[in-house]
Amino acid sequence: MEIELKYRGNVLVVTLKGELDQHSADRFRDNVEKELDKEIAMHVLFNLSDLTFMDSSGLGVILGRYRRVNSAGGRMAACFVHPSVERLYNMAGLPRIIPSYDSEVHALAALKG
Amino acid sequence: MDNWFELRIPALSQNVQFARAVVAQFALEAGDWSLVELNEIRTAVSEAVTNAIIHGYHEGSGDILLRGMVSPGSILVVISDFGVGIIDVEEARQPLFTTRPDEERCGLGFTVMESFMDEVEVESTPGQGTIVKMTKYLSFSVKQ
Ligand SMILES: Nc1ncnc2c1ncn2[C@@H]1O[C@H](COP(=O)(O)OP(=O)(O)OP(=O)(O)O)[C@@H](O)[C@H]1O
Ligand SMILES: [Mg+2]
Repeated sequence: MEIELKYRGNVLVVTLKGELDQHSADRFRDNVEKELDKEIAMHVLFNLSDLTFMDSSGLGVILGRYRRVNSAGGRMAACFVHPSVERLYNMAGLPRIIPSYDSEVHALAALKG
Repeated sequence: MDNWFELRIPALSQNVQFARAVVAQFALEAGDWSLVELNEIRTAVSEAVTNAIIHGYHEGSGDILLRGMVSPGSILVVISDFGVGIIDVEEARQPLFTTRPDEERCGLGFTVMESFMDEVEVESTPGQGTIVKMTKYLSFSVKQ
């Protein structure tokens, strides 16, 4: 799995590409934690357009980061949830806490608004 | 004609992707699954193999036995480990039940297997290991 990190103001944008499972979960967690420790980002946006696989190991890491961001008063959003990830995303109740948008621009607007 | 395979792999996290890819490829022997169905098979296999590594062997060494059997229109996948086993299978299968909340596990693995496959059977003996048997049937929609 590939991880790309960038900032858009106070939003950390995390782009995931490939397959997120137990093997890639630790690297994903460490990368995002390291950025959050810098205290630049208030909110986090996941761009999932090229994430072609995710299982419950990935869900656990996303929910763990959600707890941290949420308890610091920030919010999370996602954009382009890939069709092969969507069913799990919905099953875990993620749309309720990490709403998904059809573009990065819309998601950023929602986080900043 | 029915077809089958048997594969023994060490319980390493880098083998999870290999395991689900092998099963998805082999599943094609059963017929033309939709992309959604193939992805459901991949995800269910990923859950069972990950459980064997994380819970069965506590991320230590051990073997995982992966078997697949196809007949026209269905696949049976059997994933066995020879690790610690499960004391109360009924409880383990409950949504959100996990023995490792500290490690950010959400307790959804069995729930995913049950909703993505048509039948899931779990046999476990504490101290001896766990066998997960999952069957999926092709949904013959409007073909012909
Ligand atoms: N192969 C196994 N060997 C021993 N215990 C297992 C095995 N598979 C599952 N378990 C037990 O069943 C529980 C529930 O498994 P399940 O996959 O549903 O959730 P989880 O693995 O804890 O979390 P998640 O799958 O969401 O990351 C586990 O916490 C573990 O205690
Ligand atoms: Mg699990």
